[in-house]
Amino acid sequence: MSQSVMFMIDGVQVEGRAGQSILEAAGEAGVYIPRLCYKEGLSPHGSCRVCTVMVNGRPMSACTSPISLGMIVENDSPRVAQLRRDLIEMLFVAGNHFCMFCEKSGDCELQALAYRFGITAPKYPYMFPKREVDASHPDIFIDRNRCILCGRCVRASKELDGKNVFQFVGRSAEKRIAVNGEALADTDAAVTDAAADACPVGAILKKGVGYVVPVGKREYDDKPIGSDIEAKRPAAGS
Amino acid sequence: MAEILEEAAIREICQAHDCNRARLLDIARAVHKKCGYISGHAMNLIADELSTHRVEVESLVSFYSFLSDKPRGRIVIRLCNDIIDQMNGAQLVGRAFSEELGIDFGRTASDGAITLEHTACIGMCDQAPAALINDVVVTNLSSDKAREIVRELRQHTDPQRLVKHLGDGNNAHELVNSMVQNNVRLPGPSIFSPVNRGEALRKALVMSPAEVIRAIKTARLRGRGGAGFPTGMKWEFARAAPGDRKFVFCNADEGEPGTFKDRAILTERADRVFAGMTIAGYAIGASEGILYLRGEYAYLRPFLEHVLQKRREDGLLGDDIFAAEREPAPPKPAGERDVHRRPGTAGRRPFSFDIRIQMGAGAYVCGEETALINSCEGMRGDPRNRPPFPAQEGFLGCPTVVNNVETLCCAAKILEEGPATFNQYGSEQSSGTKLLSISGDCRRPGIYEVSFGIELSEVLEMCGARDAIAVQVGGASGEMVAPDQYDRTICFDDLCTGGAIMVFGPGRNVLEIARSFMDFFVEESCGYCTPCRVGNVLLRERLEKILDAKGEPADLEYLEALCRTIKTGSRCGLGQTSANPVLTTLKNFRKVYEVMVQEDREGLKRSFDLQRAVAEAEELCGRESIHNHV
Ligand SMILES: Cc1cc2nc3c(=O)[nH]c(=O)nc-3n(C[C@H](O)[C@H](O)[C@H](O)COP(=O)(O)O)c2cc1C
Ligand code: SF4
Ligand code: SF4
Ligand code: FES
Ligand code: FES
Repeated sequence: MSQSVMFMIDGVQVEGRAGQSILEAAGEAGVYIPRLCYKEGLSPHGSCRVCTVMVNGRPMSACTSPISLGMIVENDSPRVAQLRRDLIEMLFVAGNHFCMFCEKSGDCELQALAYRFGITAPKYPYMFPKREVDASHPDIFIDRNRCILCGRCVRASKELDGKNVFQFVGRSAEKRIAVNGEALADTDAAVTDAAADACPVGAILKKGVGYVVPVGKREYDDKPIGSDIEAKRPAAGS
Repeated sequence: MAEILEEAAIREICQAHDCNRARLLDIARAVHKKCGYISGHAMNLIADELSTHRVEVESLVSFYSFLSDKPRGRIVIRLCNDIIDQMNGAQLVGRAFSEELGIDFGRTASDGAITLEHTACIGMCDQAPAALINDVVVTNLSSDKAREIVRELRQHTDPQRLVKHLGDGNNAHELVNSMVQNNVRLPGPSIFSPVNRGEALRKALVMSPAEVIRAIKTARLRGRGGAGFPTGMKWEFARAAPGDRKFVFCNADEGEPGTFKDRAILTERADRVFAGMTIAGYAIGASEGILYLRGEYAYLRPFLEHVLQKRREDGLLGDDIFAAEREPAPPKPAGERDVHRRPGTAGRRPFSFDIRIQMGAGAYVCGEETALINSCEGMRGDPRNRPPFPAQEGFLGCPTVVNNVETLCCAAKILEEGPATFNQYGSEQSSGTKLLSISGDCRRPGIYEVSFGIELSEVLEMCGARDAIAVQVGGASGEMVAPDQYDRTICFDDLCTGGAIMVFGPGRNVLEIARSFMDFFVEESCGYCTPCRVGNVLLRERLEKILDAKGEPADLEYLEALCRTIKTGSRCGLGQTSANPVLTTLKNFRKVYEVMVQEDREGLKRSFDLQRAVAEAEELCGRESIHNHV
């Protein structure tokens, strides 16, 4: 049994276990900390920064920071929400996200977060980068226009599939996702890979199943992202 | 045939590095040198030899600016285009290079021999404009010199032959053989004082490791790399961290624009740096050290290897240091204390420590300590998530101390002369002396060793810059200080800096300077985290809009909010400080911004250019507008 660790989040006492991250411990207690690059079952990445919380007044990514006894975490506050809103908007303008034409619409975590934060249009100017599409593989395609560089595909391929299909290349704003070969078809990627299901946005999609679930019946169509976690929260007073 | 030879050469390079995945950066550098670039085929070969994946090799190659996956000339000219060089005429020099070669920057001449590129600060700001030609540094460039260089290179194709005269001090050593000048204008009592070789180490080794750490703490030494973390505490953490294998790293990445003092230390006091590393090794219980030398300083490498070799020969490095002086302990009856302990002799357990040099390959972020460790492991220079901290889990997962070149020199000096001699300079919170790298609009650019607590006005007086209209303290990530604040002091509590002082004289535009710094950060962000990767591009966009006379008053609030988001959200020190040039100019030079931004008379957006919008639309739909918009 791991040792119990008590800490505060938004004024509420929460009990976690030693070694847990803030994001995990909060999640078990029914407190949703927004996230994009984090995916359960994968090692944390700390890149999107959407999970940023204030720990004893200092910003930290909740997915990579372990809990400690008596720490005071600020998650649901105006300044933290504003920071997250800015980060989400940055991800929109840095890519080419035309949700109305995207197969992932309704199942997309980026879009769902934008709705949750009430973002209708970004305040930043669009960058309209030129990005490549790779449709070489018979069952999977990559549309880098929508990639937010979260690295979930990279980690899923390594950690769950035991492969090494994806990796980052380049740096700065030129950073992009690459595959282990000239094109995806040259790699050992398979449609059954965990990596094919890891992408939070519509950058890695399976061919031929885009509209099997119709728009309107999708994951985030009628309940905001994070609702499943918040449902675990004990009712007030109980 | 040539391909088969090349294939054999690549495999040989891998094997010479034991096909060790952790040496991928060295392997890539060697292959690059051999082939001029790293082709997809070369990546496949390397991946095969190292039992890794091609995309892992590509990932590394694409990260470092000195490595290319496309054919380049055998000679690469890299002209620094940072602000200091621009102020010294780098634009004209660039044009001369460009014209003489008949190519734009980023291109290779038609005969495939010479490539022309821009690069960030190469640590020669005191002799700008400066360029790297392969490993050779050329300084104080002019258009004429640039043309002459190209003509010569076309004749003999040997950059080393461009060295026409030698710099001062060890720059003239046959293994350095460089035109670089040290420009040490004010040698102080600590760093550049004469070295009594072996003294500091000898004194350390008769103390216990805990006593060594106590001496560093008594001297109140804090890191000279910029952040000012207490060195004794860092060493203590690493000492206490569990593990049989520990490491000492010397951070000689010196990438902060405007900083060049480590260059002079490595040239003139390499022995002191290596002594400091060895002492740190003894203190924390490490037997291995790595000096991470930025790719731009490759010209110093043969000399530094030579200094290391001499230390090995003299028993100051390697197996059982001071073995000759360590007589076997005389047998003594149980319980009796050894009263005859002479310094460096009996009773001490053997201590072994060796140092190797790891070359960088052109990436500012690799100066961040966890990125530096990744780089040494043959990875991209992405910083790591913290915790764990390097002192707990660093290189290869082992406890690792990373210290700046100057910090390690100070440590050696403290052991040499005692903490009291060291901390008689400076103040309680900021003890000792600090090297300043001064460049820009001043009469005497160069390196000055001053006591902590010195006023900025005194610094300006010293270097001949009384008329400065602005001073950037701390390099690109530092603070732009206005004349009414020249009474501020250089110390950890006020102007905390790795030592870069960039002086700007009358007629300079602080907005343009800030924009130039943003160019730097946009280029150098590792791209890992959202706020730094995207936010810095947005910051630069808005600065450009204002410089373009299209700014509106609301843009200033927009900039401030954006700066805050980048600072708060970013994962490492790069993004946490990259907004500083904008934030501090907004704060200290508000007026300059205010005159640049205006409300439009007709209530229209000043940034909206109707003509251009129509032209764009026409181009997109492939026909002319039927309306008249003039
Ligand atoms: C982007 C970035 C670049 C850095 N570059 C350097 C550098 O070139 N040299 C250096 O000593 N420290 C640099 N640092 C600071 C190091 O991370 C680290 O704090 C320092 O090497 C510790 O040594 P010290 O305690 O002796 O100063 C950099 C930090 C950041 C965030
Ligand atoms: S392709 Fe998808 S999973 Fe991979 S980095 Fe891009 S957004 Fe993340
Ligand atoms: S702050 Fe910049 S340099 Fe640091 S991790 Fe983020 S993207 Fe990389
Ligand atoms: S979820 Fe923590 S940084 Fe992305
Ligand atoms: S050498 Fe160009 S700014 Fe330092």
